[in-house]
Amino acid sequence: MPTNEALRILLVDDEPLARARLRELLDDIASELPSEVIGEAVNGLAALEFLQTNTVDLVLSDIRMPGMDGIELAGHLGGMPNPPAVVFTTAYDNYAVQAFALNALDYLLKPVRAQRLLTALQKARPHQVQEQATLAEIGQKIRGGGRTHLACNERGRLLLVPVAEVLYFKADLKYVTARTVDREFLLDEALTHLEEEFADRFMRLHRAVLVAKNALAGFEKAAGDDAEAYGWALLRGVTEKLPVSRRQWSAAKAALIS
Amino acid sequence: MTSIRHFPASYPLPDWRNFGVMLRLLLGANLLALLAALVQTPTLAGWLPRYVEMAALVEPLLLLVLGLLAGLRDVLRRLPVRIGQAGIVLLVALTAAAQQLFWASLGLAENHGELRAILLAISASIVLLAYFELRAHAFSPAQAEARLVALNARIRPHFLFNSLNAVLSLIRAQPQKAEAALESLSDLFRAAMRDPAELITLSDEIALCRQYLDLEKLRLGERLAVDWQIDAIPMEMAIPPLMLQPLIENAVYHGIEPQAEGGVMVIAITRKQDELLIAICNPTNAAAEHAKGNHLALSNIRERLALYYDLEARLDIQTTPNTYEVRIILPCRQTKP
Repeated sequence: MPTNEALRILLVDDEPLARARLRELLDDIASELPSEVIGEAVNGLAALEFLQTNTVDLVLSDIRMPGMDGIELAGHLGGMPNPPAVVFTTAYDNYAVQAFALNALDYLLKPVRAQRLLTALQKARPHQVQEQATLAEIGQKIRGGGRTHLACNERGRLLLVPVAEVLYFKADLKYVTARTVDREFLLDEALTHLEEEFADRFMRLHRAVLVAKNALAGFEKAAGDDAEAYGWALLRGVTEKLPVSRRQWSAAKAALIS
Repeated sequence: MTSIRHFPASYPLPDWRNFGVMLRLLLGANLLALLAALVQTPTLAGWLPRYVEMAALVEPLLLLVLGLLAGLRDVLRRLPVRIGQAGIVLLVALTAAAQQLFWASLGLAENHGELRAILLAISASIVLLAYFELRAHAFSPAQAEARLVALNARIRPHFLFNSLNAVLSLIRAQPQKAEAALESLSDLFRAAMRDPAELITLSDEIALCRQYLDLEKLRLGERLAVDWQIDAIPMEMAIPPLMLQPLIENAVYHGIEPQAEGGVMVIAITRKQDELLIAICNPTNAAAEHAKGNHLALSNIRERLALYYDLEARLDIQTTPNTYEVRIILPCRQTKP
């Protein structure tokens, strides 16, 4: 981290006054640690949007925010080529705070003390792979479910695919593609992980296919000599059919009814 | 100010005008009649017919006694407990004897059945009074108060620390706003720490809710919009404290905060004859919701309503895909100040 020039910081919090407070504190410690607030964002989505066109050294982010929380934001940042360091702030979050302390992850409790902020900024560095895994776990726990968005890197740009809009995931040789009504996205994810993370929303139809339960529109039996699938699933919003394996056939039909 | 120390459920003599008490009395007496019928008939087939016969004698007496007790409630309350209980037994015995004489004079009952009727009435009333005393014991003031202290909704720490943080950020730039916020915060805590047994007026509770919402607006800004719909309601009516505020806090925490664009909360308070209707409605978004904790505050308030009003208050929840509404119906009694 550069010591002679100002630390470039992005503030992420859904409460305007909380962001204002952090600005004040950063001002107060400027003599010991010069910093510059490059931007402010109201949630993780807005922060990622901002970071498409700006680079910062450090992100100071609240944990619970509508739209996309701070933990998920940190996860997506981890997938970027030169990720900034992330320091979390939270007013009260028993579970998250315990988990952070247990895993030696840094966090600040609001109201934040200037001295505490200074120490946190001085030792902040990007999260390592292991820490990313821990964060993903913490996120699942406080959210009570999976991420809200999936990241897709397309020619150096980060695209965010809202999980709620995904109709199905399909695994091809190396990649997993996510299909929304509009288009397909290539993801750097494993199908088994997605199945676990979004178990309440998606179900497996086939060795290589997960479908959103609410996208299922109907089924048709395959011709007797079809080696590829036992049957086909029809979807709302798109014309293509998805293969259903013999194993999943009855479970899939049951999902349609419920 | 009325206090929970004289509240219906903790006094050995129940509030004879309370609907729940009347219902218990009716059910209890009929249960005893059913039992008596079973004892009297040798075959099960004769049980119900015997009970119906008996009911013809029991029900008029029961209704008469209910009416008398409701009328004499305040007199009975002023007496020492034991004397009050004895008075009730005497009252029931006399009513039973009078009724027996009346039926006999019409030729509908055997003559000289008075003593039997009196004995039966006395034993039945003793059994039921004992039941009410035991029940009162279960809700003894100490226990009811301990329960209330435990139940008394706490201010969410999430709200406390976020509010303090917001106030800190105001101190330098807008000191007056910061002062007002701290004053509201201290009022809120005073309310939370007040003796939960003391009732407060509806207008005080509403004022407290407004202060709470002002603090939330400080944090959430334009995301939080509140639509108060208050009709002509008895502002001086006494209600248990912190009945409304936790529900509004819930609506903010689960309904408004998880939505990036915020929403409008509707708080409607109306009076319909003898009932006060409170409805709190917030938008919901299935995809964005705080994970848990919603039902804690609700079951808490439900239990407090039961402790104070027995069956006369209700709390129901109505949900649509986009809204969540909590409704409380309270009996609108005029209490003496």
